[in-house]
Formats: sequence, C-alpha cells, structure tokens
Amino acid sequence: MSAVETAIAPAGPAAATAVVKPPAFSTRFFRSELWLIFGRRRNWIGLAVLAVVPIVLTVAVKVSPPGGDGGGGEAGSFVSQITNNGLFVALVALLFEMPLFLPIAIAAISGDAIAGEANLGTLRYVLSVPVDRTRLLLVKLAAQAVFALAATLLVAGVGALLGLAVFGSGPVVTLAGTTIGFGAGLWRLLLVCAYLTVCLIGFGAIGLFASSLTEQPIGATIAVMLLCFASEIMDAIDQLSAIHRYLPTHYWLSFVELMRDPVDFGRLVPGLLSALAYLAIFGSAAWARLSSRDVTS
Amino acid sequence: MTAIATFGLTKRFGTGQVAVNAVDLAVPTGSVYGFLGPNGSGKTTTIRMLLGLIRPTQGGHELLGEPMPVRAAQVLPRIGALVEGPAFHPYLSGRDNLRRLDAADRTTDPRTEQSRVDAALDRVGLLAAATKRYRIFSLGMRQRLAIAATLLRPRDLLILDEPTNGLDPQGTREVRQLLVSLAAEGSTVLLSTHLLSEVEQICSHVGVMHLGRLVAQDELAALRAQTAPRARVRSADPAAAAGTLGELGLAEVQRSGETVTALLGDAAPEKVVAALVHAGVPVQGFEVAAADLEEMFVGLTGEGFDVSG
Repeated sequence: MSAVETAIAPAGPAAATAVVKPPAFSTRFFRSELWLIFGRRRNWIGLAVLAVVPIVLTVAVKVSPPGGDGGGGEAGSFVSQITNNGLFVALVALLFEMPLFLPIAIAAISGDAIAGEANLGTLRYVLSVPVDRTRLLLVKLAAQAVFALAATLLVAGVGALLGLAVFGSGPVVTLAGTTIGFGAGLWRLLLVCAYLTVCLIGFGAIGLFASSLTEQPIGATIAVMLLCFASEIMDAIDQLSAIHRYLPTHYWLSFVELMRDPVDFGRLVPGLLSALAYLAIFGSAAWARLSSRDVTS
Repeated sequence: MTAIATFGLTKRFGTGQVAVNAVDLAVPTGSVYGFLGPNGSGKTTTIRMLLGLIRPTQGGHELLGEPMPVRAAQVLPRIGALVEGPAFHPYLSGRDNLRRLDAADRTTDPRTEQSRVDAALDRVGLLAAATKRYRIFSLGMRQRLAIAATLLRPRDLLILDEPTNGLDPQGTREVRQLLVSLAAEGSTVLLSTHLLSEVEQICSHVGVMHLGRLVAQDELAALRAQTAPRARVRSADPAAAAGTLGELGLAEVQRSGETVTALLGDAAPEKVVAALVHAGVPVQGFEVAAADLEEMFVGLTGEGFDVSG
C-alpha cells in the first residue's frame, strides 16, 4: 500500500461537495444488476440445463419418431407434429419446462434478489450508496423480468433452431386442425414466449416478496418452489375447482391456446390478469416489507 | 458546524434490549472523531442508524447539516461508509465489485468510473490484485477493498467501523496513515474502534460508548487535561522523597522501588522540585506524567475493552 503516498487528485472539500446532479433516468444500475445475474456461473449452468430439454427432445424424437398419434392431449398432438415441423420442438419443450424447470430458474433468481444481498452483507452497502429501497426493488423486478424473458426465449430458440435443422420447416398445423404459414407459426411462438414471460414475472414477484422476508436466499427459493408445486397439485384436484382460478400456476399452460385457429383470447386474458395481479400484490408486499425493514445483516 | 449531530438517538430492538440509549453525538467538521467503546457497546447500531439502515426508536440526526433520513439521497453520496466489516460479491473481482457500487451511485459520472475505481484501488494498494475474485481475497485485502469503496469519489465525511480489523501491523499502519491524509485533505472522519491506541494516535476528538450510552465526548486534548497529572520522582532515597511529597500535601503518595509518585493537585512542579532539593532528597529524575487515558476510560466504562454483556 505504498500508494498512500502516491499523489492522486486531492479530494479537497471543494471537490467533495461537487455532487453530480443525478440524471432523471439512467439504466446504469439496472445494467449492473443484469450483469450480476448473467455474469454468474451458477445462472449459466441453470440456463444450460433449461437448454438441454429441447436438445434431448429432438434427439428422442429423431431416434424414435412417434406414430400417427404421439399420445393423448395437446402434448401428444404437439409431439406428433415435430417430425413435420421443427418449430414444434420449441412448443413441446416449453410445455415440458413450464411446470417445473422454468419456475425453478425464476425461483432461484428472485429468491436471491434481496436475501442474497442481505446474506452477503452487500445490501447494507448498496443501501448506503445510497440506493433508494423502492428503486432497488424496481431494478430487481426488472432484472428478473429480463431473466424470465431470456430463459423462455432460450428454450424456444434452442428448440426452434435445432428442430428446424433436424426436422425442417413446413406449414404449421394448429390444434384446430387448420394450417397456417411458417411465418405465422413463428409469430405464434413468439407470442407464446411473451405470455409465458408475463406468467413468470408474476411468479417472480412472489419470490421477491419471500426474498425480502429472510436473509437465506435458498430458503426463499425453496419456499416459492414448494408454493409452485402445491399450486400445481391443488390445480389437479377437481374438488378444489372453486379456487383453481386463483392459483398462481393455473393459467400457465393456457399458452397452447395460441396454437388454436382462431386464437381464443378468452382463455389467455385471465392468465395475463392473474399474473399482473400477483405482480401487483406481491410486489407491493415486498415493497412494504423492504421499506420498513431494519437492515441488520 | 457539525458533520454529525444526533439528538437523543435511541434504538430498542424487538427483544426489549436497548442497544443505543439517548445518544447525542456531535462530530465537528474537519475532526477525526474516535468513536470508542467495547464490542457490543452500541457503536455499530449507532452507525447503522446514521446511514438510515435501521430506524431509530426515538431521536433523530443530521449529517453534514442535512436532516436524515429525508435528505438521504442528497447527503449520503457525500459520505463513504464501512459498516461492520467488508461485504462484496464473492464471484466478482475486486474491480467489478467497486464498479457495481459506483453504478449504484446516481451522482457519479459513468465516464470517469474506470479512472476513479482504479485510483481507489491504487490508494489502498489493491491495484495489482484488482482482477482477482473477491472469494480468494484475504481478510486484509477484503478490508482494503471496503476502504477503497469509500474512496470512489471525494467524500466530505467518512464513517468507518473498525477499518483496521483483520489487518496485519503494516496494513494497520498504512490505513491509519491513509486516514490521516484523508483528514488532511478535508474529510471529516468518524472512526469507530475498540482500540484506544488507535484513537490516541490519530484522533482529535473522542466519544466513548458504554452499554448503549455515550458516556464521554470531548476533544482528546481536553479529556487528557481532565486527567489528574502525577508528579514522579526518582531518588536513591525514596523514603525521604515520599516524606517530603507528603509534607507538601500531595495525595496518593506511592512508592515503587526508587520511584515515588503522587497526585500533583494544585502544587506547582517547580516548587515541588525546590522543596525536594531543600529537604536534601537526592533527586535523580522528576517528571509530571498525565494519567493514562486507558485508566480513565476504564474508569468511565467500569471495565476493560472487552465485550459488553
């Protein structure tokens, strides 16, 4: 530390009082947050796992092509389409990953958002920079929204590219049995990604709230994962049908409606509203918690 | 003008424990203020309240003349703080951790980020290790990085909680030199520590915490002056010396080998020497020694600088 004597620009009081007026809007902290998420090896591994599913799916279907009917339900219908059109690899991968892998990824990111910083002790330093607590929450929410979009696009992108490479492209047969062009099919796939991202953002708000309650990021992540599974189990119990529409996972798989012709938005709009309601409620709860919390970590 | 002023600052935790009890800090601008107290005496809780991390149960405070927490956004950028040890992202490098903190500061210029980050790293001697991951930093390097984070931009006030914790003797010396030079450049420094020697070496003012209360606060020189000076006489005939000091009316005459000490009280030192010589005491040495500050602080806190219960 010989640098003690090194002459650097003297920080006299005159210089010290010259606080740069904050810009009205800056994405600098947000970009730093994205870099924190996407620069972390743990998250790369998580994204890699998400990308493995469409790869495995492609290999499996190539090795053992389904017969005339790939099995029951929409999944079966989609699987049987794969050999005709590679785009369906993306749709089937999303159908498989949405109940489990994608929510786990979001739970890991959102559970870590506040609790992770509290656990490391970096929360006290970020807050005393200062970062306003509301701003911190908004940045964390925005960053996990970007992660949700990236994760969904990754699954869809790997599935679509690999599927098209292996099975080729062609007209897209909808669930209604009609045929739409390849471009229209691609557009539908993007809408599916957008819908799922909104669902995951709503789910991520629950994780952010859990994260604001604790200093243990793993605890917050596990808690929201359990909530996700419990919601899916309850959604499968007919006797509980009265509460199904309030469950956070209830509308997730409604994205298959986007593959009907014409699209039945009647089943998509409630899904979007449900996700936005979860975002509003749990975002507010996280704000109420964080803004009043004594940071003793 | 005070850099830090608190008014009856009090924190009572949910458990009922009063961590900080009606503290009235007054840290003058330009001072190096030693915030002294045993571990657990409420220093860190006070610092957390100063920075707005925890909410006081009662009382309030001002930083750099601005009321907190309402003016936090304006005043905190002018303050560098080290609170309860370093804390960074382990998987980021030292430099990237500082860039992260700089990005969070809306009042800094992103165009100068790189030069300011490197200047801060250089100033604490970490430039060579800047690209290493924080995970592999030693405790001393971590402490230096936390200090570097307070130097990302010029600061009017530095609030440093145990900045030399975990440093080796050489590192401790360097950090103290750094604090002295920062103070010389015009920053006010609040140095929280449990080391009296640290306060004696570099502080101009001192406040003593004990069990959540501020039990003393003054200029260091004024506190020293309050301590009763003792006359210390070295003589081949200590019995005679002790007798003479007693006759002069000095209290607490104590003999230890060839040295005799007594509270000087109102007596003029030169008169004491004259009386000793006049009485034929063979005086080999005479000095007026201020009482040890440590004794005084032990008197204030009723204990050594260990952990408060």
